[in-house]
Amino acid sequence: MNGPVLEAEDLAFGYGAERVIDGVSLSVAPGEFVALVGPNGSGKSTLLRCLLGLLKPAAGAVRLFGVPPAELKDRWRLGYVPQRAGLARELPATVEEVVGAGRLARSGWYRRLRPEDHVEIEHALSSVALLEHRRRRVGELSGGQQQRAFIAKALAAQPELLVLDEPVAGVDAESQHRFRESLTHLVSQHSAAVLLVSHELGAVADDLDRVVVMRRGRVYFDGPPADLVASGVSLGVHHEDLPLWLEGLMRREDDQE
Amino acid sequence: MIAALPLPYPFDRTYMQLALVASVAVGAAAPLIGAFLVQKRLSLMGDGIGHLAFAGVSAGLVLGVWPVAAALVVAVIGAVGIERLRSAGRASGDVALALFFYSGIAAGVVVVGASGGLDASVLSYLFGSVLTVTPADAWTVVVLGLAIVAVLAVVGRALFAVVLDEESARVAGLPVEALNTLLSALAAVAIVGAMRVVGLLLVAALMVLPVATAQLVAGSFRATVAVAMAVGVAASVVGLAVARVWALPPGGTIVLVAAAAFAATSVVAGRRSHRGGTALAHQEHV
Repeated sequence: MNGPVLEAEDLAFGYGAERVIDGVSLSVAPGEFVALVGPNGSGKSTLLRCLLGLLKPAAGAVRLFGVPPAELKDRWRLGYVPQRAGLARELPATVEEVVGAGRLARSGWYRRLRPEDHVEIEHALSSVALLEHRRRRVGELSGGQQQRAFIAKALAAQPELLVLDEPVAGVDAESQHRFRESLTHLVSQHSAAVLLVSHELGAVADDLDRVVVMRRGRVYFDGPPADLVASGVSLGVHHEDLPLWLEGLMRREDDQE
Repeated sequence: MIAALPLPYPFDRTYMQLALVASVAVGAAAPLIGAFLVQKRLSLMGDGIGHLAFAGVSAGLVLGVWPVAAALVVAVIGAVGIERLRSAGRASGDVALALFFYSGIAAGVVVVGASGGLDASVLSYLFGSVLTVTPADAWTVVVLGLAIVAVLAVVGRALFAVVLDEESARVAGLPVEALNTLLSALAAVAIVGAMRVVGLLLVAALMVLPVATAQLVAGSFRATVAVAMAVGVAASVVGLAVARVWALPPGGTIVLVAAAAFAATSVVAGRRSHRGGTALAHQEHV
């Protein structure tokens, strides 16, 4: 596929009269690693839900692999890791069962998993370094390990575009390291594209192709990380740098008003 | 008249053998549905649908229609309604349940009252009457149970993915609404199947207690389902036997045996985890 795997054109969405997203256009090319950042309330999550087809935009258009989200037949091409506050400890599911659930988009939800599906599930577990924990209950893992299990769940379908919503919020350093390895492996070895929504880009700052900064429902910046760094923003030296800058962005606008 | 099979006491009589068949079918099928409902935080779904089924039973008795069929129709429609209300976000899961829960029991009371009041046949559905099941009743329960097992053998994996995370399942193209509706309809089928065994007032217990017990010891979702079904069947058999030996109401006895199984497992699992925790603390200290 030569065209963008994800494309949004002049997208708008609102809750009631309030516009949460206003005229957003962006695209992600095959094999591209893009980060979407912005202060709280900038419209990132709403934009993400529109891009995934979970919300219907009031105006504009979204295309996933060249078609509107509702018309995408091979859903396995799109992987999604939602934001989560942590699983209940009593959830009686093993890591392998959780990751196996991610394979259904590829194998067919009503079919039994075949040997080749189990090979891919194992591969996904290896890529996030959880193979040795495959038989453990997912509720017994640390927050970072749980998040890696859910990344492996998305990887199990071998997606061509992986969308992640705040995947490393509050996770330990080892998990951040594993997280970076699994994403760079996906991009470099499988030519998949990644769209990452996060406040903390430190773990992947050196691997990004583009950063999109949202502010008040609009795209404030869209370009290579080097251009953003040139404007005085540090993406990776300290994990607080980017959130502080994003907060400053909001304050400056409030002052201007 | 059917001749009794040569089974030992307390299952030596035909009526006990019919009760055993119906109880085992319910003991296996109810926790199978419950395994999904408990993970979705809809443990009281069985209660809500049970109250709707009461309205169906009442209507059936008044109209001269087979009460099981009337209960099945009302319970399935109500269960689908609860799911639609919940998924459309017009009411949270517990409010949607409460709405149908109280409407169902109120409709049942009004219909029965208008037709001349409560009698033994209504009470047998409310509190169960497994010792009076006919061969046709027993076969109906077995067929409903097998239907539940067959459907979940096909859609179980997809339902597990929905239970795990509805939003991801939706993005992955799984038919989330259809699967949730199907689960609700299957719960209604299980409840109607179970109402003669434990009664509509206790039916949810057989969906929840065996699953709660299994969760304490099982290491995976697959094992949880298997252990819950085994606990459900064991509680049904033991409860039925105890009820015969001490002349107790079978429905309530089955549920009390399931509750005792949970309490005993909870104590054993708690001791084991305490011992594990102490050993771990000792290791860390060393």
